[in-house]
Amino acid sequence: MEQPTTTSTPHSHSGSPSIGEPMTLRNDTAIEMQNLSAWYSKNQVLHAIDLDIAAKQVCAFIGPSGCGKSTLLRWLNRMNDTIPGARATGKIALHGVSLLDSALDVVDLRRRVGMVFQKPNPFPKSIFDNVAFGPRLHRIYSRTDLEELVEQSLRASALWDEVKDRLTSSALGLSGGQQQRLCIARAIAVGPELLLMDEPCSALDPRSTASIEELIRELRATYTIVIVTHNMQQASRVSDSTAFFYEGKLVETGPTDVLFTTPKERRTEDYVTGRFG
Amino acid sequence: MTSIAARTAAEISQRGRIRSAAFQGFFEGSIKATLIALTLLSVLTTVVIIAVLVEETIGFFTMADHPEISLWSFFTGTEWSPLLGAKPLFGVLPLISGTLLVTAIAGIFAMPVGLLTAVFLSEYASPRTRSILKSVLEVLAGVPTVVYGFFALTFITPYLLQPLSSSFGTYNAMGAGIAVGIMILPIVCSLSEDALRTVPQSLRDGAYALGATKFDVTAKVVIPAGLSGVVAAFLLALTRAIGETMIVALAAGGLAQLTVNPSQQVQTMTAYMVQIFLGDAPAAGVEYRSSYAVAFTLFLITFIMTWTGAIILKRYREEYE
Repeated sequence: MEQPTTTSTPHSHSGSPSIGEPMTLRNDTAIEMQNLSAWYSKNQVLHAIDLDIAAKQVCAFIGPSGCGKSTLLRWLNRMNDTIPGARATGKIALHGVSLLDSALDVVDLRRRVGMVFQKPNPFPKSIFDNVAFGPRLHRIYSRTDLEELVEQSLRASALWDEVKDRLTSSALGLSGGQQQRLCIARAIAVGPELLLMDEPCSALDPRSTASIEELIRELRATYTIVIVTHNMQQASRVSDSTAFFYEGKLVETGPTDVLFTTPKERRTEDYVTGRFG
Repeated sequence: MTSIAARTAAEISQRGRIRSAAFQGFFEGSIKATLIALTLLSVLTTVVIIAVLVEETIGFFTMADHPEISLWSFFTGTEWSPLLGAKPLFGVLPLISGTLLVTAIAGIFAMPVGLLTAVFLSEYASPRTRSILKSVLEVLAGVPTVVYGFFALTFITPYLLQPLSSSFGTYNAMGAGIAVGIMILPIVCSLSEDALRTVPQSLRDGAYALGATKFDVTAKVVIPAGLSGVVAAFLLALTRAIGETMIVALAAGGLAQLTVNPSQQVQTMTAYMVQIFLGDAPAAGVEYRSSYAVAFTLFLITFIMTWTGAIILKRYREEYE
């Protein structure tokens, strides 16, 4: 069953105490981007992005479809490597490690950077095997503590109580929201520092969305989270800082409450108030 | 009050509707009748074939001048010599073992090669390479099986097998099995590739995002997820191999013997039937009728395989969807 605590009504802006306050406490930078441009073949989709993302905070990427926010997200774990013709120039650093270096070990990078996709994509395997997939891949467990690692990951993604009696049954029997939390558990199990979420609630019903948002707020204590979302309310509910993209350019970035209440740019204001997008 | 023009238009359209409704009814009815008739034709064909098989098989087991032939002696007898010797022996086991030996060799060759080719085409090859290789495979699928038969006889056996070991005869199970394997390769390959390509890209992305390499993604996600289709491809190909006739009639030999030695010649069930129907066995004779019993046995084997395949597929589907 879903969590009883997630009957949250949408906060129009970040007046909730859990968001604004800790920002000043943890403001060390996790990700630095300088002059980042990206292309798919000859089509430039990102133009000279400069953006810093603070550690152990939630940063939301917002903007209309095709503004490049998902592309940017996919450069943070080099998922764009799987797309022929994708390339990028400039600099991205994750805790000082340059991500666009051609000598970078992407396998190691993706161990440090987990990703959750638009549609839940559990493997057609058991719940246990889904969570254990990453640890087994990287052999980062001793045989005895794999079960413990799976349990911890499922607890961290608030799924343990719902699935602890059926770990060996197929993950495809779970509801959409449970599948998405399973995918979060699967990403957590390899011990990442950064979690990327590409519109993680776009395929979910409102109740499941609420439980995922609740989870994102909890995970912020442990992980740096970057979330791409189309949903303004969601961005304002879950994120500490927000970056607004338009036509491949970073228009404005700042603390979420500031960006949503007193944006500096006219286009930002038009977008967050729903005048276009 | 309606105007003349409007009334006329209404009448015309009404008459037109009546006529077209009647015509429509007749047309639809005859279409349906034709379709039912054609469907019944295929059902009827199946029924007639099975009826003939059963009738002639019963005839074989109840021949008055051959009281020694029984279901028991047929299925447990280890010697099949219907044409030689004073007293014909009808133990079908050598024919079954010959068939299974050739099929096993074909499967051992075609299943791994076909699956790995499918993996290459689906996961590794560029679109251009894939389209070239697929058209080559289509050519392979279009080669008449008699060509594979003399390919086995004039190339595989003398140039590949006999240099390896002098124990290979001109006719042997190995050469025929490899040729049958080459024949079923396109089936394994294209059906497996279909199964692998239907695995959603999102699963591959999920695995890559966890730090999987291309090999990890293929071996731990794509193949397991597409396994039901791969198993179906294997079963269909093996069923095709069991029923293959021309290659084994040409290259496997004509001596029915109970052996698992691939360098020996064997006779398969299909090859025996060819031998009988091309020879001058009298139509009511015991050899002639024995081929129906063999055909019925072959039919049972392929039927059981198809059925098993359907059950396996269903079980996988329940698990994965």
